[in-house]
Amino acid sequence: MSMSPLDHAKAPSRRAFLGGGGALVVAFSLAPRALAQLAGGGEGGAGPAVIAPDLKGSLKNHPWLDAWIRVDGDGRVTVFTGKVELGQGIRTALIQVAAEELDLPPGAITLVTADTRRTPDEGLTAGSHSMQDSGTAILNAAANVRMLLTNAAAALWRVPAGGLATTGDGHVRGPDGRLAAYGDLAAGLSLHVAAVPDAPLRNPADYRTLGKPLPRVDIPAKLTGGAAYLHDMRLPGMLHARVVRGPAEGTRLVEPDIQAVEAMPGVVKVVRRGAFLAVVAERQWTAIQALRHLQRAAHARVTAPLPAGAATGAPLSGDAVEAVLNTLTPRDIAIEDTRTPTGPAVHTVQARYTRPWISHGSIGPSCALARFQDGEMTIWTHSQGTFDVARVVTELLGLPAEKVHAIHAEGAGCYGQNGADDVAADAAVIAFAVPGRPIRLQWMREQEFGWEPLGPGMVTRLAASLDADNRIVAWRHEVWSNPHNNRPVGAGGVLAGAEVDPPFAAPEGKPIPMPEGDGSRNSNPLYTFANTHVLYHFLKDMPVRVSALRSLGAHLNVFSIESMLDELAAAAGIDPLALRLAHMEDPRARDVMQAMAAGFDWAGRPRGDGRRGCGMAFARYKNLGAYCAVALEVEIDRETGRAWVRRAFAAVDCGQPANPDGVRNQIEGGLIQSLSWTGHEAMAFSPERRAAFDWSGYPILRFQDVPGTIDVRVVDRPGLPFLGTAEAAQGPTAAALANAIADATGVRLRDMPLAPDRLKAALGPV
Amino acid sequence: MTITLTVNGVDHAVDAPPDTPLLYVLRDDLALNGAKYGCGLGQCGACTVHVDGKPVFSCVTPVAAVAGRRVRTVEGLGTVDTPGILQQAFIAEQAAQCGYCISGMIMRAQALLDGVRRPTDAQIRAHMQPNLCRCGTHGRILKAVRRAADMMGGTVPQAVRS
Ligand code: FES
Ligand code: FES
Repeated sequence: MSMSPLDHAKAPSRRAFLGGGGALVVAFSLAPRALAQLAGGGEGGAGPAVIAPDLKGSLKNHPWLDAWIRVDGDGRVTVFTGKVELGQGIRTALIQVAAEELDLPPGAITLVTADTRRTPDEGLTAGSHSMQDSGTAILNAAANVRMLLTNAAAALWRVPAGGLATTGDGHVRGPDGRLAAYGDLAAGLSLHVAAVPDAPLRNPADYRTLGKPLPRVDIPAKLTGGAAYLHDMRLPGMLHARVVRGPAEGTRLVEPDIQAVEAMPGVVKVVRRGAFLAVVAERQWTAIQALRHLQRAAHARVTAPLPAGAATGAPLSGDAVEAVLNTLTPRDIAIEDTRTPTGPAVHTVQARYTRPWISHGSIGPSCALARFQDGEMTIWTHSQGTFDVARVVTELLGLPAEKVHAIHAEGAGCYGQNGADDVAADAAVIAFAVPGRPIRLQWMREQEFGWEPLGPGMVTRLAASLDADNRIVAWRHEVWSNPHNNRPVGAGGVLAGAEVDPPFAAPEGKPIPMPEGDGSRNSNPLYTFANTHVLYHFLKDMPVRVSALRSLGAHLNVFSIESMLDELAAAAGIDPLALRLAHMEDPRARDVMQAMAAGFDWAGRPRGDGRRGCGMAFARYKNLGAYCAVALEVEIDRETGRAWVRRAFAAVDCGQPANPDGVRNQIEGGLIQSLSWTGHEAMAFSPERRAAFDWSGYPILRFQDVPGTIDVRVVDRPGLPFLGTAEAAQGPTAAALANAIADATGVRLRDMPLAPDRLKAALGPV
Repeated sequence: MTITLTVNGVDHAVDAPPDTPLLYVLRDDLALNGAKYGCGLGQCGACTVHVDGKPVFSCVTPVAAVAGRRVRTVEGLGTVDTPGILQQAFIAEQAAQCGYCISGMIMRAQALLDGVRRPTDAQIRAHMQPNLCRCGTHGRILKAVRRAADMMGGTVPQAVRS
């Protein structure tokens, strides 16, 4: 059902199928590339050009059915997606979507994920867009194919198509019980036709696969040592490489001892291209030892110094985060500005909230394979932007675009732009210098921490007022942030681009416009407040290398909004959930909050008593993705300041869930990850660089701090459009934690991380 | 230099520098994918395997130190077609997201279940503490270890292969 990376290495390209007997593929359907230079599909860029605006999801960009689905003469079905498996379970969910609308068992479907020569370019796999873009495209493409197959049977039997049905096992059944196999019907049919917008969809009441908790197809191999990851690929003649850099972004080694390394037994080559430096060896351990030898050289900072306020060597205080951002010149972007006459304010609360720079912290340092053979570069990458990797390498090495082929293979979870794009470019530069030999390059742990783009530090300032009837009569939200999307679309976006000679200029940071937003994401409340003013102070200059981290600005914006609502409720002495419901008109948002309230027993919750307390929060991701409400019960150790979550409950509405267990897995994971970010994490800086290089310098949540219980209720919405889920828990969990701590202790923590030492200090002597 | 080690019951003679971490010998010389490189520092557990029944970080264990000893990796517990009890339990709980940490989690858990028949939840948490997961799969991992312990203790029937 799923292809291992090694299968990909052997698989013929899509073009090789041209003219293949019996197959429906007539020609590979590439959409125009007019706008393809822009990263799309989830981080707000334009992405691939829209050529069929009437169609849904990525069919808008790729309307031809054979770009998505191939039915072979023997009835086997291959489905193509431009999205990739990141551990979010998308492979299984997309197979379910295709199986449902083709009316086939899921086991009959082979899914091919992003490959620049085989699949549609759907931009990035990011921004919780995969179900909306690719799921919707495959749903409708499959419905089109089922319609064509049914029509073909009707023509064959000379009966009206209305009397025919599919059987669920690859056949069309006639009114008299006659059966025709999909494979036979497909043999006489071309799928090189554009989808129609109104192909009938199956009735959700008849679903056989969609909405069922199908076990994930990728999990068994991952638990048994199967070749499940890019890291597990072993190509014939493969060499191991390590890229050689200073300890952290902004630094370079000074005169590393290259001669000594070239003389080391087992070292095949030292690759230099401008300031780019890498070692290639027969054995991985040799490459690592060569790297360690080169790293003994001194290093120097080669870019602008870090702002003085950052260089504390310790996690930054909220004041320090703000001091750093205050050194940058903002461009002000109005997000929302409404004026409504109201009664006078009775309670007004003002507060500043901050988040430090956060690492993606992938458990597996980034890895890539590259092979340059016969003038053609092939790159296996776990980047979220497979097509962008090809574009980056094309520009970086000056190769013709048609000579660069990028293929996705799975990596460790990335949660945004970690080192994946950089390491793919690094591997290509190395492979270019060692033609004919596949190169496997994995970054070291300290390189991942030292060089990957971080999630940006951010500050918000909010002011809000209640009138005598507990109505919110004024709401002001200002947010200061760097751009969150610096995903590379050309050579200037990757580390190697700045190292080769001549270097490629780094592109200027740009904001993502609303409604998706970046630093502004979710800064506009979904609630109905009078006199709402939301302002984004966009800071284009980046003193620290930053890019997308799961949920972008929504993490701090939702934290801020949902903390402020509790601060207002506390000022007025009203229930936090009641305050939210009183200002929420969206019925699905209300349902999710009420599902949370029922599942958590909000009404019967233990009230804050100094040691125990509860908090809740809600957001609809980007105000257009999944709805998510989270409630937490915490237990405080006043001696240490530790806040342990005894009990967590989340309710989520993501439209029609493709796989409810997959949704639960994502929400549980997002909840735990957000507890780690919010409660524990901050990158530290020394005067000249980042100061955390391993898990002792950058601790994340471990088992002892995992919540006692986590329950997720998925609200079923049969047949409603898919809404992205993967990032929905990040913001609500963060605020629910602060709110629970405040309920338990009366102490309001506004600066992340809400760490034990900070809570202990705020609590004062025991 | 040639070093002989026993991996999952099979003897192997590998020609590797004696200071090579066991992790790279397993992955590159023996083509075993289970143990993963996570940190190389003994801080994350992605590389966890057993040596003579004890969990070790293979990334900081020189291959020379395991010469003549019994090494067990996740491949030794079962296969895709015949998964071992812990692997069955992880599948039943769908206890993986990216899954990169999971082989190490399973080997860590196996060491507990090899020694303790009926571990308490607190014992499971304490035992799993050295291993990191970034996807937040911890809740399901704990449930899977609990389920495996119950399966081994006979409280829950072993899953028939799905
Ligand atoms: S890779 Fe061995 S402990 Fe992290
Ligand atoms: S499942 Fe991804 S790191 Fe644990």
